[in-house]
Amino acid sequence: MALKIVKGSIDRMFDKNLQDLVRGIRNHKEDEAKYISTCIDEIKQELKQDNIAVKANAVCKLTYLQMLGYDVSWAAFNIVEVMSSSKFTYKRIGYLAASQCFHEGTDVIMLTTNQIRKDLSSPNQYDTGVALTGLSCFVTPDLARDLANDIMTLMSHTKPYIRKKAVLIMYKVFLKYPESLRPAFPRLKEKLEDPDPGVQSAAVNVICELARRNPKNYLSLAPLFFKLMTSSTNNWVLIKIIKLFGALTPLEPRLGKKLIEPLTNLIHSTSAMSLLYECVNTVIAVLISLSSGMPNHSASIQLCVQKLRILIEDSDQNLKYLGLLAMSKILKTHPKSVQSHKDLILQCLDDKDESIRLRALDLLYGMVSKKNLMEIVKKLMLHVDKAEGTTYRDELLTKIIDICSQSNFQYITNFEWYISILVELTRLEGTRHGHLIASQMLDVAIRVKAIRGFAVAQMATLLDNAHLLTGNTQRNGICEVLYAAAWICGEFSEHLEDPMQTLEAMLRPKVATLPGHIQAVYVQNAAKLFATVLRKHDGETESQAAQETSQLLIDRLPLFVQSANLEVQERASCILQLVKYIQKLQQKNVEVAEEVTALFAGELNPVAPKAQKKVPIPEGLDLDAWINEPPSGSESEDEKPKAVFAKEEPKHSRSRHTEVDEKELARRREVRKQEQASNPFYIKASPSSQKVYDAPGVEHIPVVQIDLSVPLKVPGMPMSDQYLKLEEERRQKEKAERKKKEKKKKREKRGKERKADSGPESEEDITPAHQVDIVTEEMPENALPSDDDDKDPNDPHKALDIDLDKYVPHCRHLQFIHVLHIVMCRNEFFSKTEIYDFKVVVSVIFENKSDSFLKAMEFNVLDSLNSKLQRPEGAGAHDSLTVPFQLPPGVSNEARFVFSVQSIVMPQKLKGTLTFIVKSDESSTHEKLDFKLHFTCTSYLITTPCYSDAYAKLLESGDLKGSSLRLEGINMPFHHLLARICFHHHFSVVERIDSCASMYSRSIQGHHVCLLVKTTVSIDAKCDEPSLLGNVLDEIKQTFSKC
Amino acid sequence: MMRFLLLFSRQGKLRLQKWFMAFSDRDKKKIIRDVTQMVLVRPPKSCNFLQWRDLKIVYRRYASLYFCCGLEQGDNELLTLELLHRYVELLDQYFGNVCELDIIFNFEKAYFILDEFIIGGEVQETSKASVAKSMEEADSLQETMEEYLNKPTY
Repeated sequence: MALKIVKGSIDRMFDKNLQDLVRGIRNHKEDEAKYISTCIDEIKQELKQDNIAVKANAVCKLTYLQMLGYDVSWAAFNIVEVMSSSKFTYKRIGYLAASQCFHEGTDVIMLTTNQIRKDLSSPNQYDTGVALTGLSCFVTPDLARDLANDIMTLMSHTKPYIRKKAVLIMYKVFLKYPESLRPAFPRLKEKLEDPDPGVQSAAVNVICELARRNPKNYLSLAPLFFKLMTSSTNNWVLIKIIKLFGALTPLEPRLGKKLIEPLTNLIHSTSAMSLLYECVNTVIAVLISLSSGMPNHSASIQLCVQKLRILIEDSDQNLKYLGLLAMSKILKTHPKSVQSHKDLILQCLDDKDESIRLRALDLLYGMVSKKNLMEIVKKLMLHVDKAEGTTYRDELLTKIIDICSQSNFQYITNFEWYISILVELTRLEGTRHGHLIASQMLDVAIRVKAIRGFAVAQMATLLDNAHLLTGNTQRNGICEVLYAAAWICGEFSEHLEDPMQTLEAMLRPKVATLPGHIQAVYVQNAAKLFATVLRKHDGETESQAAQETSQLLIDRLPLFVQSANLEVQERASCILQLVKYIQKLQQKNVEVAEEVTALFAGELNPVAPKAQKKVPIPEGLDLDAWINEPPSGSESEDEKPKAVFAKEEPKHSRSRHTEVDEKELARRREVRKQEQASNPFYIKASPSSQKVYDAPGVEHIPVVQIDLSVPLKVPGMPMSDQYLKLEEERRQKEKAERKKKEKKKKREKRGKERKADSGPESEEDITPAHQVDIVTEEMPENALPSDDDDKDPNDPHKALDIDLDKYVPHCRHLQFIHVLHIVMCRNEFFSKTEIYDFKVVVSVIFENKSDSFLKAMEFNVLDSLNSKLQRPEGAGAHDSLTVPFQLPPGVSNEARFVFSVQSIVMPQKLKGTLTFIVKSDESSTHEKLDFKLHFTCTSYLITTPCYSDAYAKLLESGDLKGSSLRLEGINMPFHHLLARICFHHHFSVVERIDSCASMYSRSIQGHHVCLLVKTTVSIDAKCDEPSLLGNVLDEIKQTFSKC
Repeated sequence: MMRFLLLFSRQGKLRLQKWFMAFSDRDKKKIIRDVTQMVLVRPPKSCNFLQWRDLKIVYRRYASLYFCCGLEQGDNELLTLELLHRYVELLDQYFGNVCELDIIFNFEKAYFILDEFIIGGEVQETSKASVAKSMEEADSLQETMEEYLNKPTY
């Protein structure tokens, strides 16, 4: 069209229009940047012209250059000029440029406010439209605030063209200026029933977006949307409404129940896949929110799964992908219904499309069970072999490991199989995940004791064939596996059949090409193996073999001594010297095996990640205290205690801090000694008898021997398959045996009751091949396992979150749970007069169990002399507190009330009432709920560790008064008894000697409470506050009378 | 809500970009680079959806051009595909058998059509006829190229 006319007239410099620019760029492929920089110079010239047409042309070209990635922010002002042109042609270009180039940081935007306002109220709808479109891209909080009213007016414009734009822009305005939502909302709601379907759909869009972020405010619109959903035929609108319901249902289960039927109807009837997909998604969301109690529940799930199956089976890759995606949502809540489609999902692993394969892999993770794990992994292993491209193969590898190791190896019944899978994975070429395999090997070998013999044999083979792994590429990630192999062989070398051979393999010259950290492990573990070899030959006179071993080390280690890696060098030279010394002894025929073995005695146990946090801080150690006091500033001169010296001499404040007299030094030394004595991590002169939490009877679990005569490598068949077969046979056998037993039983109880046929093997029926004790991770002594470790440490209530003192008065409408928190805030003002004022924070969880709406809840407690509810200033002593929320049906919420408590030596019971209004559709009634708050003495006790010497001193001091208690009819193991006292009454065990244990706790006011518990179930107790003690003992008695 | 729409050629050259949310220039460049790379390496007959960071990427190739959208997690991928298709239909209707060159040389028109169709990441008009009508009317307000050429340059 017009382009052709232009062609002839490029002679004029300022007439190079957009088309010419584009053509020019295409013709200057080699020196594009240079060409563009001359163009930009031209544009700068053009922008200096007064002619608006020329300017607009320049701005249009700039917009194009901006897309190519050039910075055009310098022309922002010119863009504003073009925007304010009265001609639509230029205005349009100006707004386009602005919407592409402006962002919140553009400072000229504030110049545009009035121009935009003018355009918005222009009689020409296209002027308004252009301004609205532009605004949707570059609206800032300032613009939103200033123009919100204008746009709101446009929502009721006579032309639907403007109305729908205005409605959609409002969403952007809400985001930038949230205060505008409240006044605009009624009008927005009106637009849901606009005569124009475009405007209606725009309003649905906006509310849907709003509701997805903040669903609870839009619950009230549900009936209106429900009406729209059943009446609308526009799929675009339907999809939005259904999405909106998906966001609302988690808040209102009844809505979900109502939705199921129309949604299933839509699923059956619609031919639009996008609508079908949305319906399925929302049904899934509904079913997730309705946890239980729906009779036709399973029917809807079945329908969804069926439809999804059709999607997955479709030849359209997109539907397949989405089907799998939706399946994974169902999987989270209804794993059973998805598991039956395992075959289909496994098929998807063969798909050409990688994203589909990845989705299928995600699903597999949730589908494994003890029964099918081996089968699924076998299938995955086949894929690993076939997979092209390392990324996908690596993904498979991580997935296999994820699947197997999930929830603490829950699904693995045969660890020999798992080890062989790991070994097979090491044969993958070029994988980056060597360290992942290595850490799995270490984890299994350390934590599953029964597997160690097998693991060691496998690792020895790996080490022997190390050359296969490392290959030519040294930087191969897989060699990380050797790190694990070497460590396992060394640490558990007692299981090795031929330690000498492994030792030889670990000291080959080729090892020196491995990364430094692996070499270091090699060297260290070579020493462990050396010790094992010596022990093996112990007792043989003139052991030739032992001496040969020493010679081997002496020959090979120098290579490592020369290593460039410091760690390797250091370890190697250390061990080399040791071996040389041992060789000398050997030549004198001295028995050395025992001493060398002693170097590596003891077992390394896995330590829980939380363990460090649980180590109690020894008494008297203040981590926040200064070791050397900081040099004081000039002000400290004024604060110097005046009474210390009668005549105050001028002194350098600094020297005062460094000078420490002899006595002080001696005292500090003494304190340090004490601290060391009580510090479990301080290595003392004599080995202490630190107790370790050992799982009861770990050693005695019988281990079924699996016949190891199976050759480690079978040509043509991967090893793990052998285990698969063995495992299957074993299960068959077990099943047969079980059946026999059952038959026997049946015969015994003949005719009594007919047992359901066991049918397909259920999860629980599969017993692991060998009793596997997954060694629990160690925690420091006295540390009670607790869940609160992950809580936010900044939570002010965490510090003294003392007891979950549950007391649950029931009422038809309301469930009421209170939780006691004690926050110690000793008021400094009162502390002089020894009166403590403690705040106790009581968290009350209100749960509405009725179908009605509860509101206007008021909480009141009858104060006692000792405990008072803290009321806001100005309120009377009997005024009730308003609970700051209302409760829709089924909702629970928490409120906190603060009490001040003066004395803690007595338990407190406070009576209280809660009044509230029950609002149902027809009527509202006033209801009342009485409750009691029980503050036990125990809840004022804090678990405080105490060391035996300090404990002894405390008892000797004579400040404590005694009392005792006998518990009758208790027959539980002693350590259970202790654990109960620890748990329920916040004590810690100080020391346990055979038949009695001493325990300690401290109250928040610093009272010491000491107990001596004997296996005869009597408790001798001492405390500096007899009434507190009496009450605590009563409470202990009560605890045990309940069981 | 749609976060952005990109059009790029098989060679990875950007032909159109529309951002429905504020991004910094650096983020924009990063998104363009990552997304084009990811989409261009996809073998034919793969599915049209990708997961990228917290966004769903939906793309579709028409002749030599890739149309590519970034969506939020709750959005419907199939609907977006239909949306892309509708946009192509609109371009086709406006230019008459649209090709990449039409969009290169008349890129502002491509933007204007898009603005009539989608605003702020939401569909505003689903009817092809209405979009065509408003484009036509708006264009009629615009001066013709001849008028422009006849104007004095100074």
